[in-house]
Amino acid sequence: MADRLFVGTRKGLFELARKGGGWDIVETKFLGEPVTAVLATPTAVHVALDLGHFGAKTWRKPASGEWQETATPAFPAKSDDASEDPHPWTLGRVWNLTPGGVEGRIWAGSMPGGLFRSDDNGETWSLCEPLWRMPDRRKWMGVAGGEHPGLSTVLVDPADPSHVTVGVSCAGVWTSGDAGTSWRQIGQGFHNEYMPPDQQDDPIAQDIHQLAQCPANAKVIWCQHHSGIYRSEDGGESFVPLPAAKPSAFGFAVAAHPKDPKTAWFAPAIKDEKRYPVEGKMVVSRTSDGGKSFDILSNGLPGRHAYDLVYRHALCVDETGNGLAIGSTSGGLWISDDAGESWTAPEMRLPPVACVKFEGS
Amino acid sequence: MPTVHFTSQLERFLPAPTVSVAGRTLREALTNVFADHPMLKGYIVDDQGTVRRHVAIFIDGIQLRDRVKLTDPVGEKSEIHVFQALSGG
Repeated sequence: MADRLFVGTRKGLFELARKGGGWDIVETKFLGEPVTAVLATPTAVHVALDLGHFGAKTWRKPASGEWQETATPAFPAKSDDASEDPHPWTLGRVWNLTPGGVEGRIWAGSMPGGLFRSDDNGETWSLCEPLWRMPDRRKWMGVAGGEHPGLSTVLVDPADPSHVTVGVSCAGVWTSGDAGTSWRQIGQGFHNEYMPPDQQDDPIAQDIHQLAQCPANAKVIWCQHHSGIYRSEDGGESFVPLPAAKPSAFGFAVAAHPKDPKTAWFAPAIKDEKRYPVEGKMVVSRTSDGGKSFDILSNGLPGRHAYDLVYRHALCVDETGNGLAIGSTSGGLWISDDAGESWTAPEMRLPPVACVKFEGS
Repeated sequence: MPTVHFTSQLERFLPAPTVSVAGRTLREALTNVFADHPMLKGYIVDDQGTVRRHVAIFIDGIQLRDRVKLTDPVGEKSEIHVFQALSGG
């Protein structure tokens, strides 16, 4: 089981390790600065910061070395034919950092919807131009916590790293079979209830809060959608709704079991304008049968007066499927060693949590 | 040569020393600063070269007019100050 956890917050990065039967902070970095994404591989820890006044930045700490700022992902000069583009050609925020399955490769999803790739372990980045220059990209909508689209998830097929699938708030699901050279829309079967009636089933109008892929069976992709929970068994070509979700189908985060394609975890909340746990009771929901039924896991989580919301990247599972962590907008952090059956809260009051990531996951 | 001063807030992230550089416009002066301090560029201007929204630049006490192309003229003895407008919690 993972013994190191990285927590990115509104006010810095916190590295936790197992200590005396529990977890404790062993290193803090970037105190006072918003951390928007974190990735911990055996060779390096990578983070993205959103410095506000000074823009988004990426930093890296090699396994044996010091923290160092790396070249920030950047958009090219806006071309003359892009005057009608409703979205800016400038980086707003790096929203996720995902291992590319090839030595040195990392993908970075961003607002306003750009996908970046590094092939030198985060030293330099290049924009995935085919996706950015695709005419349909200008139809993407910005509803993900801002006025511009957010590339919320990057999935890399473990058996074929050139097979990359992205989820966008708000533009549905897109896939590439050639490491980003060409893209096509997938993701039939969604229903976005807040869109105009004639667009509610359009794949490009879907608000993908988060996708999660089962590494052992990459055909299985779970989706926490704005309007509910869905599952795909065909690599994201089509999704089916899972109406049994409880205590609510609204939420932002999903984590897929690394080996069992029928198991996934969610962090439900009251939809939609309210966005806090149902009845102020913090729970994680889990399905172990492909979404036919859901268990409500609450042992160790606050059972009353809890108004913690879990953001997209603030629920994670380790490589065994037993280690789980969730972080909340109220600075709550809970860790489980038994697949969510029970949770413990390390003794700390953190800033609002944006992302959690176990080392190596 | 004009002199460029940066907010000390930048020192949290990287060296931002006061420097004297050649230049007849703000753009020329900053281009010369960034040639010696390439990582500094992304802190002051965005991907399109526009001054970041919450960065303020004053030339001899007067706020920059052209935040997009940075064509404001600077003189041999100009003092250029780059600030940030702190906000939020």
